[in-house]
Amino acid sequence: MEYNFVFLILLLPALSFLVLGLAGMKMPHKVAGAIGTVVLGTIFCLSIYTAYEYFIGQGRGADGLYPHVTAFNLTWLKFSELLTFNLGFRLSPISVMMLVVITTVSLMVHIYSFGYMHGEKGFQRYYAYLSLFTMSMLGLVVATNIFQMYLFWELVGVSSYLLIGFYYPQGAAVAASKKAFIVTRFADLFFLIGILIYSFYVGTFNYDLHAMPTLHEQVAGAAVMLPVALFFMFIGGAGKSAMFPLHIWLPDAMEGPTPVSALIHAATMVVAGVFLVASLFPIFVEFAPEQLHWIAYIAAFTAFYAAAVACVQSDIKRVLAFSTISQIGFMLVALGVCLPDPHTGAVAMTEEYADVQGLGYMAGMFHLFTHAMFKACLFLGAGCIIHAVHSNEKEYMGGLRKYMPITHITFLISCLAIAGIPPFSGFFSKDEILVACYNFSPVMGAVMSGIAMMTAFYMFRLYYVIFWGKSYYETHINEGAHKPHEAPLTMTFPLIFLSIITITCGFLPFGELISANGIGFHTHINWTVAGTSVALAIIGIVAATLMYKNEETPVADKLAKTFPTLHRAAYKRFYMDEVWQYVTHRIIFRLISKPIAWFDRHVIDGTFDFLAWGSNEAGESIRPWQSGDVRHYAIWFLSGAVALTLVLLYML
Amino acid sequence: MIPVELLLGLSTVLFFIGFFGFVTRRNLIAMLISIELVLNSVDINFAVFNRILHPGELEGFYFSLFSIGINAAETAVAIAIILNVYRRFHSDQVNSIENMKL
Repeated sequence: MEYNFVFLILLLPALSFLVLGLAGMKMPHKVAGAIGTVVLGTIFCLSIYTAYEYFIGQGRGADGLYPHVTAFNLTWLKFSELLTFNLGFRLSPISVMMLVVITTVSLMVHIYSFGYMHGEKGFQRYYAYLSLFTMSMLGLVVATNIFQMYLFWELVGVSSYLLIGFYYPQGAAVAASKKAFIVTRFADLFFLIGILIYSFYVGTFNYDLHAMPTLHEQVAGAAVMLPVALFFMFIGGAGKSAMFPLHIWLPDAMEGPTPVSALIHAATMVVAGVFLVASLFPIFVEFAPEQLHWIAYIAAFTAFYAAAVACVQSDIKRVLAFSTISQIGFMLVALGVCLPDPHTGAVAMTEEYADVQGLGYMAGMFHLFTHAMFKACLFLGAGCIIHAVHSNEKEYMGGLRKYMPITHITFLISCLAIAGIPPFSGFFSKDEILVACYNFSPVMGAVMSGIAMMTAFYMFRLYYVIFWGKSYYETHINEGAHKPHEAPLTMTFPLIFLSIITITCGFLPFGELISANGIGFHTHINWTVAGTSVALAIIGIVAATLMYKNEETPVADKLAKTFPTLHRAAYKRFYMDEVWQYVTHRIIFRLISKPIAWFDRHVIDGTFDFLAWGSNEAGESIRPWQSGDVRHYAIWFLSGAVALTLVLLYML
Repeated sequence: MIPVELLLGLSTVLFFIGFFGFVTRRNLIAMLISIELVLNSVDINFAVFNRILHPGELEGFYFSLFSIGINAAETAVAIAIILNVYRRFHSDQVNSIENMKL
């Protein structure tokens, strides 16, 4: 096919990582940044071209579906005739969409970082890590098999670790990076177990039913163990996608530089779990629909929990982090509420299926796309604000709309999008999710609508405390407060670009491109659901306006005073970190790790210590026999010979 | 004909005289001479057993000659070593080189 160039999409960032990582310290900042950005620009163009070629140039195949193209596939390890570990590049509708999302956000972050990271120590290292991350994330989404996905999955984990710990002289950054790595690694253990179970019973690492005709039969043969394997894989995804109770690393990950939070911890890496579930979707629907619904319940609870916590946080990046968790919850709920076709019990190849039972798939992917754009814009906007006021805390902000007009407008657009106000992109994707939820059950729909209202409330609370309210600068001007200023063009350009996408991308005919069974359908707006959700969003916004727009916030303060326990618990994230602390330190460390450590030190080490001591003692005791006097040796030699002779003569 | 027992007795006596000398003497040259005695007893054994077991054949005799040749070479090497030990330690006593052990 015409996709011979796609290997460049993986190769170029890998090369740029090597060049910047090995020779970066000898380069001036600008050169290093330019190399990273030019490479990213190139692969951005390549990805856009690939997407164009895939969706429009080549178009649908004879069967009315977009073909799953394997651009190349190399056998790396051969375990048995059937079970091989391949490295390859597969284009499917969702992986092409992810290519566009990743390269767009990554390119914007590269440009933005010129301004944000200006003059930072380790500027070249930062760009090297960004290249590494981009390469790994692209490798993850184009994986031809689950094992390749796992490989790149770990690579994105490690680049996330490196970037969170970028400011390593600060203890908090080191602790946060360790926490992120350990928590996600713990979840990845389950992912690996899931992969092993899957490959053992199915006999292949391949998961793409479209790309391998014989796979369906093999998977059906393993149907007994399949739900377990799939759910274990989902736990891995839940770790990366910060689902409750494995979400604890994501808020702390905000210790990293803000553009990194935008790229990794909002737009791309944290949706890897969503991408995983979407990749396995046909198998999930047919063989493990129960597990798919558990995912929906877990995700719905997470979305609610994170939204509740986001309502009271004071650090603006934490608010955005919890908002991200909540929105990923939305995406997974959308995937989880998909149902198998009532007649076939699997994905049905009809347009009606794509529009009703399988609507959540398209809605989740759509929300992933729109969320990546507006959440990246929000994070980058937050970066501009932090750059201007030199703090993450909301007390140091307030009234910034006069000083930072561009940031203000783009932030407002993104807030409207995430709140679900038409015609911004978030409205369309969230509406589809809510419709899918109502198709599943009215209760789920009502719960998710309620969470959507909370989303509107906390986002506008954030917006008002930053841009309206009491200005810290104006009230502290006599104490030498620093005057906030608008960010340079390198930082505002990505904001403008992303907000333009946010305004326009809702009108993409997404259902025509991506759907649960690959058949295109015309998305239509369900006005009952849309009207309700817009009304709820407006209620949330109005509530936030009344509570936080003015200089004084009597209602909010009064609420906090009326329910001090609740407020404090929400501020402390409902003590989830403490619970984990208790579970790990008091239960796991004390009851499991300590006895194991004792056993290791005393029994296992003890055995070998004893052997070493015994050999040593034996050596010491026979050492004097080696007198060095050749005559002694001769006597011993003769005695031995005589003894042997006697034995031979008389005993045998 | 001289009886076999006598010949083997001679070689045994020779062997133990040689061994006794090797163990009791401290002078390196004397120890070397003792080793020569031990080796001579072996040569006699070869010759004797060849004569009683395979009369008319010559392997044992030739092996004795071969052994004597090797003895000569060994003696030359041993004397060279002893000379070097004497130069190094100014002594021909065997316990003077005990410090060569670890």
